[in-house]
Amino acid sequence: MNTADQYLKTIYVVQKQEDGPASTGSIADSLGVSPASANEMIGKLEERGLAEHEKYKGVRLTDDGIVRARDALQTYCIIERFLANVLAVEEFRDEARELEAVIDDTVAERLDTIIDRQPECPDCFDPETDACKCLDIAAAPVEPEQ
Amino acid sequence: MVAVSVSQRIASDDQLARLLQIGIVLEEVVEARAHHHYQSLDAELDEEIETLLADAAEESAEHRQRLESLIEGLGVDSVPFDEIESLVDARYGRTQPEDFDGILYDQLCNEETAYKFYDDLIEAIEESNAEFTIDRAELLDELRAIREDEAEGVSEVTEVMERR
Repeated sequence: MNTADQYLKTIYVVQKQEDGPASTGSIADSLGVSPASANEMIGKLEERGLAEHEKYKGVRLTDDGIVRARDALQTYCIIERFLANVLAVEEFRDEARELEAVIDDTVAERLDTIIDRQPECPDCFDPETDACKCLDIAAAPVEPEQ
Repeated sequence: MVAVSVSQRIASDDQLARLLQIGIVLEEVVEARAHHHYQSLDAELDEEIETLLADAAEESAEHRQRLESLIEGLGVDSVPFDEIESLVDARYGRTQPEDFDGILYDQLCNEETAYKFYDDLIEAIEESNAEFTIDRAELLDELRAIREDEAEGVSEVTEVMERR
């Protein structure tokens, strides 16, 4: 996932959390970058018609931006679900964040063929837990009762 | 905190091992899907596609072994093929191509996806300053060789598709 998509995904999630425009500070915090870096990328997203920045209010995604952000969030959900359920990674949230930049959408789509994702994805993404609400984290097979 | 980009490059053996594991799973998916396609070809066997799929499955198995050797060098376990195969089995029906064209297209996606994965992985390693337990030059040589195979795979499938 490229940097622009990581920003779009984050703005989308922050916008939902704040129920309004996403502040540059929140976006920078979520991504672990400086506000100056965040501002620079937000400017690029504006130039590409994916976001609108209102002074003193924050950033709002355009319709095109929302479509791309939802695709990016879906890719992220696939990576999390794949790490948690196929590779049984306990720290799947941290690892998904570390690896998302190296995993392309087309790769995620192929990984998606072996995971069991819900049709409502990515609306099931819960920003509080930074994971899908339906993600069955206790993925280990249940031992049959004796 | 001064971060120029949010893109994080591979910083440790663990991250590298995880990405190699993902490579193994991709190869396993390719191998299992190619095998399924191969079996789904009915009595009117199409020799050209049959050979293509058999070669693809064989190549994926070989790539898997090469990746396994790399992650063995990092002291990490591989991903058991039978588990991935059963996941592919469980989900294959929902994403199964319907005809020869679909099978070829799916195979093209497999090869292109694998190429993109290795290409991104190589770039991420090249941009990383991390010291890995395994030799960086050997690691990159191996991954570049596998990427080259995938590029050839894309051309082979494309040629067959164009001829038909």
